[in-house]
Amino acid sequence: MLYIKCPYCGMRSQNEFSYGGDASVKRPELNKEISDEEWDNFVYNRKSLRGKHLELWHHLAGCRQWIKVERDTATHEIFNTYKADEVIS
Amino acid sequence: MVQKFRLENGGLINRDKKLSFKFNGKTYYGYEGDTLASALIANGIHLVGRSFKYHRPRGFFGAGVDEPYAIVQLYRNNETEPNIKATEQELFEGLEAKSVNCWPSVNFDIGAINNFLKIFLPAGFYYKTFMWPKSFWYRIYEPFIRKAAGLGVASTKHDKERYEHKYEYCDLLITGSGPSGLASAYAAAKNGARVILAEDKPRFGGSLLTSDVNIGNQSGEDWANSIISELNEMPNVVVKNRSQVFGYYDHNMLVMSEKVSDHLPKTKKHHPKQRLWYIRAKEVLISSGSIERPIVFGNNDTPGVMLSSAAKEYLKVYGVLVGKNPLVFTNNDSGYETAIEFKKNGINPIILDTRVNPQSEIIDEAINQGIKIKFSYVVVAAQGYKKVSSADIAKISDDKKQLGTVENIKCDCICVSGFWTPTIHLASQSGNKTKFKEEIDAFVPGTSKQNERTLGAANGTFTLEETLKSSFTAGQDLSKKITNNDNKISFPNVVEKKSSQHDKFWCVPLPKGKSYKRFLDFQNDVAVSDIEIALKEGYRSIEHVKRYTTLGMATDQGKTSNLNGLQLVSDIENKVVPAVGHTTFRPPYTPISIGAIVGREVGKHSKPIRKSPMHSWHEKNNAVFVDAGVWLRPRYYKQGKENLFEASKREAKNVRMNVGVCDVTTLGKIDIKGPDSAELLNRVYTNAWLKLPVGKARYGVMLREDGIVMDDGTTTRVSENHYHMTTTTAQAANVLSHLEYYLQLVWPELNVNVVSTTEQWAGAAIAGPKSRKLLEKLFPNNDVSNEGLPFMGYLESDLFGVKARIFRISFSGELAYEVNVESNNGNFMWEKIIELGQEFKVQPYGTEALSTLRIEMGHVAGSELDGRTISYDTSLEGLISKKKDFIGKRSLNREAFTSDDRQKIVGVVPLDKKTSIPEGSHLVKDAKAPLPNKKLGHISASCWSVEHDNPFSLAILKDGKNMIGEKLFVMSPLKNKVIPVEIVSSHYVDPKGERVRS
Ligand SMILES: [Zn+2]
Repeated sequence: MLYIKCPYCGMRSQNEFSYGGDASVKRPELNKEISDEEWDNFVYNRKSLRGKHLELWHHLAGCRQWIKVERDTATHEIFNTYKADEVIS
Repeated sequence: MVQKFRLENGGLINRDKKLSFKFNGKTYYGYEGDTLASALIANGIHLVGRSFKYHRPRGFFGAGVDEPYAIVQLYRNNETEPNIKATEQELFEGLEAKSVNCWPSVNFDIGAINNFLKIFLPAGFYYKTFMWPKSFWYRIYEPFIRKAAGLGVASTKHDKERYEHKYEYCDLLITGSGPSGLASAYAAAKNGARVILAEDKPRFGGSLLTSDVNIGNQSGEDWANSIISELNEMPNVVVKNRSQVFGYYDHNMLVMSEKVSDHLPKTKKHHPKQRLWYIRAKEVLISSGSIERPIVFGNNDTPGVMLSSAAKEYLKVYGVLVGKNPLVFTNNDSGYETAIEFKKNGINPIILDTRVNPQSEIIDEAINQGIKIKFSYVVVAAQGYKKVSSADIAKISDDKKQLGTVENIKCDCICVSGFWTPTIHLASQSGNKTKFKEEIDAFVPGTSKQNERTLGAANGTFTLEETLKSSFTAGQDLSKKITNNDNKISFPNVVEKKSSQHDKFWCVPLPKGKSYKRFLDFQNDVAVSDIEIALKEGYRSIEHVKRYTTLGMATDQGKTSNLNGLQLVSDIENKVVPAVGHTTFRPPYTPISIGAIVGREVGKHSKPIRKSPMHSWHEKNNAVFVDAGVWLRPRYYKQGKENLFEASKREAKNVRMNVGVCDVTTLGKIDIKGPDSAELLNRVYTNAWLKLPVGKARYGVMLREDGIVMDDGTTTRVSENHYHMTTTTAQAANVLSHLEYYLQLVWPELNVNVVSTTEQWAGAAIAGPKSRKLLEKLFPNNDVSNEGLPFMGYLESDLFGVKARIFRISFSGELAYEVNVESNNGNFMWEKIIELGQEFKVQPYGTEALSTLRIEMGHVAGSELDGRTISYDTSLEGLISKKKDFIGKRSLNREAFTSDDRQKIVGVVPLDKKTSIPEGSHLVKDAKAPLPNKKLGHISASCWSVEHDNPFSLAILKDGKNMIGEKLFVMSPLKNKVIPVEIVSSHYVDPKGERVRS
C-alpha cells in the first residue's frame, strides 16, 4: 500500500485516496472551437507510460483536496507531491 | 502410553504439565511446550501423511516453517482447519489431528499403488495426460485427481472465531528474534527508537536455543532471555512471538500474522483467534535467519530422513530423539553439532562427511568424543518404506563423480546437512535484487530498494560474532538517524567454535544399474528426473521449469527445494546458478488463514450501514428494508399478511388518491456557496442556471465529459450566493468529487465552496392530491397555496418551533413537497406528518411504491441513467442549452449520439395487460427468429401501474421515437418468457404534467 504525502495533511495511507489519472491533461477552455481529435485526446487518449508520471489523487477520506503526485508507475516510488495550484518546475 | 523417544531430562518443555492429544484417532501424551511434531516423534510416530502425487509415506523433515511433509488437518473446539504444519502447531490439551492426502488410512493408502506399480507421473504429467478427450476433464479426470490428492478440507461452517486487523507505525520493524534480531532490537531500543520485534515461533532466540555458544558469560539461550526481558520492560518496544511477518509491500508496509489463540484449546473470551498487523516501518531489519539445505540422494523422502538442524532442535528444545541409531550425512560442520548433541545424550551416531579431510574445532571435538566419522562418504539411498531401516552408503571419489562399493548399514534416521540457505523472501519481496554469493552457494539480498537491511544468517553471515557486531551497529546507526540519541552499548564477549569450509556438494550420483528416485521438492514429489525431462523437452526459463514440474509450488513454497533445483538446472545447462536465476518470491511467506485476511469485515460488518433519523419509526411500523448503496431504506410497510406486491400497490395508490409520505433523507445533498455558484452550476448542468431567482428550485442534468448522463437532481437557490443541490442516492459521493475536481483543478478561478450536507438534513417527501392540505396543517403560518408556493418554489419555515425548508418538487408526478429539517429533528417531523395527516389518510410509502410512481410517470432514475445513456436517450434533451457550453457538451455531436435511429426511452405494455415483464429482458421484432436474434432494446424498469391497473415498463429502445404503437416481443431467456407487447409513450400517466402544477 502506497504512503502518500498529502501537502495539507502529511503522510497518509493510500486507502484514504482515490486515483485521478494523468495530471498533465488539460481540459480545453469552455466555448472554444476545437477539433474532434483534440477533444478525443482530452476525453479518451492517455499515455499509460512506464516510469515517472505526474498524476492526480483525491484525498477523499481526508482534506478532500485534489493533489498532484509524481510517481514511478513501475516501481511506485513517489518523488514529490504538490498542491493542485502549485507551480511544478 | 510411554513416550519412548523422550529423553529423561532436558529441553525447554514443561514436564510438569502433561497433555493428551489424538492423532488419527489414537490417544498420545506430550508436554506443554511441545509442537504436535515433537510430541508425535516422542511417541515414535514418523508416518504422518502421504505425498501429493505418488502417495509415498511422509514423516517429518524439519522442525518449523520450512516443513514440506507434516501437514495435518486440525480439530480444535468443534472447528477444523486444513494445511496445518505439525512442526508449527503447538500442543494443547485435547488437540486432535488427522493425516491428509491418504485414503483410507495413512498406513494403507490406495493412491500409493501409483508408487508400487511404478506408474511414476513424470514432469508435465497433468498437462500431457489429461488434455484429451476434452470432455473427460470435468467428468472424470478432475474429480479423480481431487479425491486422490488434496491437502485437507476447509470447513464449510461459519467460522465463529474473531479475527482482528491492527494498524501500527514504528521506527524499526525487526523480523526474527535470533542473535541478529535481538542485537539490533536492543541497540535501537536503547536509542529510544520505537521498535517492533516479531518472532514467528513461540520461543524467542532463534538459533541461540540450539547452538553451543556463549555470549557475555551466559549461554546463548540465557542471553536471549535476558535481552527479551529487558526489551519487554521498555515502553518504546513491542515484542511479539507467534507472529510471522509474511509480506513486504510498497513504501515499507509489512503485514504480520499474529496467532493469538491457535496454541490454546479454545480462544479466550474477548480475544481474537488471530490478528493481522499492517505495519508501516521507517526501517526494516530482516533477521529471518537461514534454512538448512538437504543433500539429494536415493529415496531421500523416506520418513526418518530429515534436516540435521531439525534433529538437533528436537533434542535441545523438546528433549526428543528422532532416532536411537542415527546416521548424520553432512557436507559441512553443522552435522557435527547434531552428532555431538546425540552423543551427549548417550546415543552413538555415525557421521558421513562428503569432504576429504576437513579440519576444525568442532570436528576435533567429535573425534575426541569418540564419534565414528567416515570422510569422503555419502548416503547413496535410504532403505525402508514407512521408516528408514538402513542406508546404502559408499565412498565417493574426490571429483564426486565415482561411487565406491555400496555397503548397507543399519540406522533408524538420517540427519542431513547440505549447508545453509539464507531466508531472503522478505528482502526479495521488497524489490531488492538479490545476488548470488559463491562462498555459500546461495542468494543473498543485494542493494536495498526500500528502507530495508538484511542481517546475520539471512544475509549469509554464519558466525555469531560477526552477526552480533553487524546487528548491534545496524540497530544503533538506524535508530540514531531517527531519534538522534547515541547510547553506546558495550559489545559482549562471544565464544563460539570456528567452522571449516563446507563442500560444494549437493546431489549424490546414482550407482550403476540403480534408478532410485532422488527428490528435490518433497511436498510436490518433484524428482531429479522430472527436471531433466523438463529441460530435455525444451523448458529453459526457471519460471517455466517451476510451473511445468511444480517444483517449489507447494504450500511450503520450496523453502527446502529451490536451491537444489537451481543447482540441477545449472549443472545440466552448464550455466552458473546466478545465470539461471531464482523464481520470484511472492507474499505470503507462509499460508495465512482467510479469516485473518478478512478480519472483522464479515456479516453485518462487511460494509457500513447508514440509517436515516426516522429508521426506528420505520422499524416500529413494520417496514421491510432494502439496501440502497450502504443505506437501509424502507421498501414497503407491511400491513397484515401483505406481500411486497400488495403492499407497494396499496401505498402507491394511496399517493395517487390521498397523500403519502416517503423518507428521502438518503438523497445526496450538497451545499454550494460563493459568488460564482451560479456560474459553476451553469457549467456543470446542461441547462441554464444564471437566471434562477432566489427561492426557486430547478431540475438539472449533469454529464460526464464523454457526454453520458452522470446524474440528475434539483438545485435550489437559497439566497443570493447560496444553493442547495440534491443528487441521487447512488451518485452523491461521485458528484461531490466531480464538483471538487472542477473547482480545484480546472476552474480554480471560480469562487465557490462545496460541502456534503447529506447527513445534516432529514427529508420527507409528501406527495398526493391532498398534500397541500396536509402542508397547511404543518405550516399554518405560511401561504402554501399554488400562488404562495408554486411548482418549483421554495420556502423557509418553522415546523412547530423547528427550522424547516419546504421545496415544491415532485418525483411521483403528483402534487408534492419535500420538507427538510435538521437531522436530529427528523423523527419529530415524521411523527408530526403522520399525526396531522391522519385526517387525509396519510400512509408512509417505501422505495417500491416510489419506483411504481416514477415509472408510470416516465421519470428516469438509475436504471435508465445507467452510464450508457445520453440526454436524448432518456428524453432529457430539452434541457440541453444551445447557448452555453457545459461539461460534456462537445461530446454530444459524436456520430453515434446523433444518428437518426438513436435509442430512446419508451413505455412497454403487455398485450394481455396481465403478464409482468422481467427487468433486463430484451426487445425483439420476431420471437421465433433464429439466434442470434437481433436485440432492439432492453427493459430498464417494470412496475404494476396503479393508475391503469396493468403491468407497465420503461425500455431503452432503438429508434424509440418512431416505435410508438409498434408491436414487439419481450424475451427473457433467463426467466424463459416470451411476451408480446405494445410500445407506448414513456409518460403513461399525466403526460402533460398537470398534476405537479395543480
Ligand atoms: Zn489531505
